[in-house]
Parts: sequence; structure tokens; C-alpha cells
Amino acid sequence: MSGSTDDKLRLATVWLGGCSGCHMSFLDLDEKLFGLAERVDVVFGPLTDVKVFPEDVDLTLVEGAVANEDNLELAHQLRANSRVVVSFGDCAVTGNVTSLRNRLGEPDELLQRVYGDAPDLAGQVPRSVVPALLPTVQPLHEVIPIDVYLPGCPPSAERIGRALELLLDALEAGEGLPDLTGRGPDDLRFG
Amino acid sequence: MAAPIDLDDVVRFEREERARFVRRALVCTSTACVTAGALPVRDRLTAALDEAERTDIGVVSTGCPGLCSRGPLVRVEDRAEQTTIYTHVDTEGAGAIADEHLLGGQPTDGATTMPPDLPFFARQERVVLETAGRIDPERLEDYVGEGGYHALAKVITLMEPAEVVDAITRSGLRGRGGAGYPTGRKWALLAEAEADTKYVVANGDEGDPGAYMDRTIMDSDPHRVIEGLAIAAYATGATKGFVYVRAEYPLAIERMERAIRAAKRAKLIGRNVLGSSFAFDLDVRVGAGAFVCGEETALMASIEGRRGLPVLRPPYPTEKGLWGQPTMINNVETLANVPAIIARGPDWFASLGTESSPGTKVFALAGSVADTGLIEVPMGISLREIVFDMAGGIPNGRTFKAAQTGGPSGGCIPAQYLDTPVDYEHLRDLGSMMGSGGLVVMDDSVSMPEVARFYLAFCRDESCGKCVPCRVGTEKMHAFLDRICEGTGRRRDLQHLESLARTVRATSLCGLGQSAPNPVFSTLEHFRDEYEALLVDLEEPDAGNRSEEVAHEPA
Amino acid sequence: MSPREPRATVPVTIDGQEVDAVEGETILSLARRVGVPIPTLCYLDGLSVHGGCRLCSVEVDGDPRLRLACATPVWQDMDIRTSTWDLQEHRRRIIELLFAEGNHICATCVSSGACELQDLAATNRVDHIHYELSYADEGVDASHPKYVLDRDRCVKCTRCVRVCAEVEGASVWEIAERGGGSRLVAEMDVPWGEASSCTWCGKCVLVCPTGALSFKGRGVGEMRHDAEVVAFLSRARNEGEWVNRTDEEVPS
Repeated sequence: MSGSTDDKLRLATVWLGGCSGCHMSFLDLDEKLFGLAERVDVVFGPLTDVKVFPEDVDLTLVEGAVANEDNLELAHQLRANSRVVVSFGDCAVTGNVTSLRNRLGEPDELLQRVYGDAPDLAGQVPRSVVPALLPTVQPLHEVIPIDVYLPGCPPSAERIGRALELLLDALEAGEGLPDLTGRGPDDLRFG
Repeated sequence: MAAPIDLDDVVRFEREERARFVRRALVCTSTACVTAGALPVRDRLTAALDEAERTDIGVVSTGCPGLCSRGPLVRVEDRAEQTTIYTHVDTEGAGAIADEHLLGGQPTDGATTMPPDLPFFARQERVVLETAGRIDPERLEDYVGEGGYHALAKVITLMEPAEVVDAITRSGLRGRGGAGYPTGRKWALLAEAEADTKYVVANGDEGDPGAYMDRTIMDSDPHRVIEGLAIAAYATGATKGFVYVRAEYPLAIERMERAIRAAKRAKLIGRNVLGSSFAFDLDVRVGAGAFVCGEETALMASIEGRRGLPVLRPPYPTEKGLWGQPTMINNVETLANVPAIIARGPDWFASLGTESSPGTKVFALAGSVADTGLIEVPMGISLREIVFDMAGGIPNGRTFKAAQTGGPSGGCIPAQYLDTPVDYEHLRDLGSMMGSGGLVVMDDSVSMPEVARFYLAFCRDESCGKCVPCRVGTEKMHAFLDRICEGTGRRRDLQHLESLARTVRATSLCGLGQSAPNPVFSTLEHFRDEYEALLVDLEEPDAGNRSEEVAHEPA
Repeated sequence: MSPREPRATVPVTIDGQEVDAVEGETILSLARRVGVPIPTLCYLDGLSVHGGCRLCSVEVDGDPRLRLACATPVWQDMDIRTSTWDLQEHRRRIIELLFAEGNHICATCVSSGACELQDLAATNRVDHIHYELSYADEGVDASHPKYVLDRDRCVKCTRCVRVCAEVEGASVWEIAERGGGSRLVAEMDVPWGEASSCTWCGKCVLVCPTGALSFKGRGVGEMRHDAEVVAFLSRARNEGEWVNRTDEEVPS
């Protein structure tokens, strides 16, 4: 978004097993994105062309549940390199829609059902090239420790904006993390 | 209508009859010995005597003398009160006992016996089990011959109901079902309640794993329970009673039903008890196998034919119980204490045991001890005396680790508290409870988190499902224990387990849920290091740690 | 109680506030009257007290056990605390347990935005679930022409059981089985559409706090038009033929 300067906080956003709706909602910050760009460098995410999760990230928003081996590996990488990790949106927080497949059986069974039995795919089941599915989809906090939860499907742009402001204020001031849960029902809601 | 039984006549007759026998073989036919093969043993003895046409030698089917681990037990008594107790008797052994001892008059060579003064027996103080193992539970006359129903006759002819309540209060008797509520106070509450119909119920829905005190009392001495109930009814003004027995106790059900029929014929219960104006109707109700039906409101729902679910208290059963009428529920063992208290006086009873917990307690000894079975000991005896002196200590060269009292609602008592007196207060202070009397001894090979997991699985399976903390909380607590026991638990799993345990204890509807976390709390208190040792203690689990769990090979 | 004879009042303290409570009223009734929020789920005005959700547990000074606000009448000088840290913790745990037990995915639920469980999570500051989620899969019973039962969203509050028995008098619903396996069943566990005692009154749907019971036709793509009804009415009016419609003509 902008050139790196030393006094800006480093922000990453990550897209695991989700629909990218949380990122869309993030983009709905619209003109507030300019204000955000004054305060942070976006160093990783679907909006950048960076392939490897960088070091020394201050704040990482993680959208999506942990559904496959790539998700899992990236989750561990981002945890190891982030000061504050936000479980961002219902898929990250609860598994949400992504986890609906947990009721449909083992990954092989699932792949056969979705791809193998599909009439127009000639029985092609993706078992290579794409990352292998984990036995079950898990919420992010089952895999790595989480600092802040921001539920919603997706969280509204207003909710994201308020949360980011509080988090960035705290990080810039070197204070403890704010409690996002104490701020009324609008700032905390599944669905 | 037939005349009521003349108790003194029966006593005289039984004494004379007893004196006719040169020798008697007492065969335990309680559940444990029957399971071990006691019935063919008894039949073999009977057949041998029939063949020899000896009517002066008797074979008696008795209830449980207690040493279940050495059954089937055959006790041979002769006129001079010389007693030999044969253990692990099979039909072949029964043949030898019949030929050599019963007919031949000489103790059988080579058979395994045990001395009658074995500490297992000698250290007991039998009040509730006074006649268990000595009389035929299927003969009313046997019980009467030992002084049975005399206490009932005494209260009906000589005492006002209020005097009976007073006697129970002064005896200091407390509920033997677990909580230890003063029995006299409960009786007084029912006595004060005003209603046309009042009920008394014997709670025989004993469900703790490894506990079978009530079962034994019912299948070994059913008339004692009936007499206790009838006295309770007389004292409180109740006219109708139920013995609630779980379906898993077929022998106890059969014998209770038979005993009730016999008592009705003898006019010991029913209309005009012993010719008086006192009326007391009694029936057996069989449970359907739910642990929660031991909880009194769920038990009452079950008796009424509804789903066995607990309901909110107050109102308490003594205000609003069965079919909306005042109802009192006493544990089977509690009631079995009553005849002796009336017959021998409240002061005698109060002199047994300790000041705050008078009397005796029956324990079902199980687990890693040399001898398992049923014992009745004075309250206040130390765990050390029970485990090491009476039960013969820990076998297989192992050492004592802990004893679980109170079943899934109780807790474990580690070795450093072996000398603590066993009574309501001391066990509670140790984070356990008296409970109904299950006592499971564990040796050093036992993992305590596993123990907690076992008991929690029991509570989870037995939760009725009505309230959220018990229905879901026990399941999720068990899931955390699964992780911990299987070596995949993290520190925060242990933290969540503890916080959830506090919520389940504080917010569950009935005693089942409120006490379900107790095994977790108590094993954590005394053996936290065992939990810690199982944790995969990483603040930030890395990919390497989790990869085994999530291995998914691309084909 | 007639307005001319007001019931006696007793002094009670609730969260430090001294108030006059009406003799015999419950803690919950008092709290609602004086504006102290106490969360509830199974409780519903007009139905008998169930006491299963435990969310309205409060502390009463001098009482070692928690008391249910919905079931405990006030007494003189009662000192009630409704939102201590411990109580808040207990409530959060219980709400989380409910989320973990069922399959409460708000994003795909017909009741999202109109769900008491969702609201309870928000107002009690539940921002994630500490417990392993069950991903329950009890299936959906859509056999009834007008309503749908999704057992995975059922919190077993028994409001439907009680309203059907106590208000409608039909007793279609009951909870079957025990513990974690307990489930809402129609009659003797028949598909709802085959429950002949159901009067189609819909009260169970109206009182359901979650998306377990819902009206058919409210989901995306579920709208069904029934233009033929006009022909029926016209025929009936013109030719006087008020024949009952057969089952297959019933709009679904």
C-alpha cells in the first residue's frame, strides 16, 4: 500500500479456509483505508504479492478456519512471527460454514462425493497439486493461541474499523490489549 | 381374617426347631456367592442329607456374611457352636463337606477354610447386618426368631409416634445414602406435615460403581427394611410405602416382594397391623436403570410412572412429594438401623461410632485389597484399619495409593490420610464424602487422571439431560480428560477443565451434576503432578507437534 | 389480584439497590420490574418453570448454593447479587456449552438475527467457544407441511414441550432418551408430519428461542405460490361447491 517506514506498525492479513467475505468487509472500510495506511504497512495478505509470511509482524488478522495442510502450516508460521493474532470472522472463531463438512465424513469420502461422483468431472479427484485436507476443519484457536477474537459472518466494516482503531492505539502506546467483548452487542456477534 | 402373628410363639418355636439340629450348614445365597456357584453347592448338600435321610442336619440358604471374594461360602455350625467356614466351595467340595463334616462330624480335610476370628469378621460391629448371613432371607420366621419385628410391636403397643421420632432424633442417626442428613429431623418434618395421605419410601436405587450395601441388605435381610419402614410410617403418620429397587437387582426385588407378601399375611403390615388400628400398605417399585433415580425427586417421578428427571427443590418431598402428598425418602441402610435403635435404645446407638456420626456404616470393599466384600464397622474407624487390618492390605507386592469413597460423587483419599477417622465430617474435609459406602482401594499402578476419567464417563452416561451444565458439561469435561489421558492435552486444556468443573458443580440442577466434578477436584488436589506429567506443555504448539494428529497422506 | 388490594411488599436488596419487592414474586420478576438484567433461556412468561438452562442462577447472601431467579420467591431482606464475576463466568461457560453441543452456525441459520442464543452470546461476552464443537448431525425433520424441526439447533429448553402441553393441550412434543443423547421427539418419535395430535397451531415455533423450530417457506428459495386457490374460491363461490381440498392440494 505504501512504502515502508520505520515508525509504522506492520499489519498482515491472512486468508485460510473461508470465503474471503471478511476481507471484503475489510475493504468496505472504504475511505478509512487511507487513514489506516497512514498508521500501518500491509506486509502480507491476499492484497499483497508476498509469498512467504514475513518476520516481526505487529498485528495479523486471520480469516478462515483451518481446513487443510497449507492452512495449518501458515497458521503456525504466522503465530511464530506475529505479536498479536486476531481470529477474524466466524470461520476462524468457530469453523462456521467451512466446518459444515465435518459432518460429512472423512476427507476421502468427502472428495469422492464432491468430485468423484460429480457427473461433469469424469471422476477426477484432486489428490495431488492442491493441499491435502485435514481430517476435520478446526477453529483457529484449536491450532494456535489467539490474542483477540472478532466474530461475525462477516464482521461489519464498522466493527472491523472500531476494533482496528483500538488495537492499533494499544500497540502504538505499548499498552495491553483492549477487551473487545465489553463494548456492546454490536461489536460482538456470531453470524 | 387370620389372626396376627404371635411373635413370642414364633421365637419359641424357632428355638425348639433350632435345637433339633445336630449340625447346620449355612450356604450364602446372596448375589455374589450365587454368581460364584452357590446354588449347586447348596443343592448338593441338600441331596446328600436327603439321601442319608437325616432330618436332624439342616442346610440353610442365608444372606451375605460379607467375604465375597472367597465365595461360595459354606459355614458349618454344630450344637456346641463350633464353627467352620469353608471358602471357594464347588459341588465336589460340597460332596466332601456333606460326607465328612455334616454326616461324619469331622471338618473336611484339605478343604480351604478360614478362621471365624479372621479380622475381616472380628473387627466388625454388625447392627444393620446383624442377622445377614445367619438367617434364611426367604423365611419370615427366621427373622422373627432372631428378635425381628419386636421393635415394631414395641412402638405400636408402647410408644406414641412422637416418642418414636424423638428416639430416632436422640440416636443421632444420619442418612446413609450419602449426604448424612439427620434422620430424626426428616421424620419430624413428615410427622408435622398435614395431609390425608403421607408416604414413606425406601431408596434402594443404589448405583455407585462397586457399591452393593443396599442390595445385600435387601437380599439378605429384607424384613429388616420392612420393619424399619413400618416403624417410620407409624412415627410419621404415613399409611403407604414403597421400596424402590433398581431393576439390576433381581434377587433383591424377588426377596423384597416375597418378604412383603409374608409380612402382609402375618399382619405385620397392611390393615390393622398386629391387631392395632395402625395401617400401612407397602409395595415394591422397580426402577428402570437410571442412576439419577437415586436422587429423591427423580425417584418420585419414576414411582409415579414418569420420566426419572429431577425437579427443583423446594418444595421438598416432605412438603410436596408423591402425587403432591408429603413424602419421606430414606436410604435402605438408614431404615435397616431403625429396628435396632428402637429395640436397644437410642443411647445404645449413640454410644457407637463418633459423637457427630453415631452408629456403624456398611462399606463395599473393592479394588486392590486381599479380601473384598462387605463389612460393617463403627463410624470413626480409620481407613488404615479397614484396608490393612481387615481387608488384608494390598496384594501383589504393591503399595497403597488412594481409596475412593462416595463413588462418582466422592473423591480419593491418599496415603497420608490413612489414619483419618472415617465419618461424614472428616471425609468431607478431605474433599471426598461418605457416600453410600463404596470403598475402592487403588494401588500404585493406578493413574489418577484415568480414575477421574472413569468416574466422569459414568456421570456423563448417567446424566438425565435436563440441565445444561450436567448434560453438556460432563461430556466436555470428559473430552478434556480424554486429551490429557491420551497425552495430547495442553496446559490450557487443564485450565478449561478446572473452570468448567467449577461451573458444573455450582450450577447443575441436582446432586448428580453438582458432585460429578468431585473426582476431578480431588485427584487434582492430591495428584496434580500426575496431570502435569501428561501435558504436552507447549505455550505455542508448533507444526511438528501437531502433524501426527493431522497426517493425511495424499494418495 | 385486584388493584384495590395491593399485595404486601417486602424490602429486598438487588445488586446493592434497595427495592420493595412484591411478596411471593420471584427474583426474576422483581429484577425485570426494577430493570436489573438477568439472562434466561428456558424460562418463558406464561409457561411452567423448567429450571434446566441454569442461566438465571444468582447469588443470595448467606446461601452457599446458587438460586434460580426464575424459581425462587423473594423473602424479606434478601440480598441478591445477579452479576458477580463468578456468575458471569458460569453463564459464559453454559452458553459456550450450548454452542458446542449443537450445530449453531449462525451464518446458515434461519433464525440468525432473531435468536436468543445468539443474543445471549453477545450480551454475555462470549467471543469464542473453549470446548470441542460436536458438529451434531441429527438431521432435519421437514415432514410437516408448515413447519421444520432442525434438532441440531435445539437447546432442549422444552419451551415447545410446555407450550404444547400447557397452552395448546396437545402434548405433541416430549424429550426422549437421556443425557447427551436426549432429543426432541413428536409423539412416539414419529416424523412431525405424521403426528396426528399436532393441531398446526404453531405455538411451538413461536416460542422456540433458536432456529430449531421454524416456519417453512422462510428460507431462501422456499417461497411457494399457490395461484390455484383462486380457482377453488371462484368455483366455491359460483357453484356453491365448498369441497374440502385433498391433502395434495394443501399448499406446502
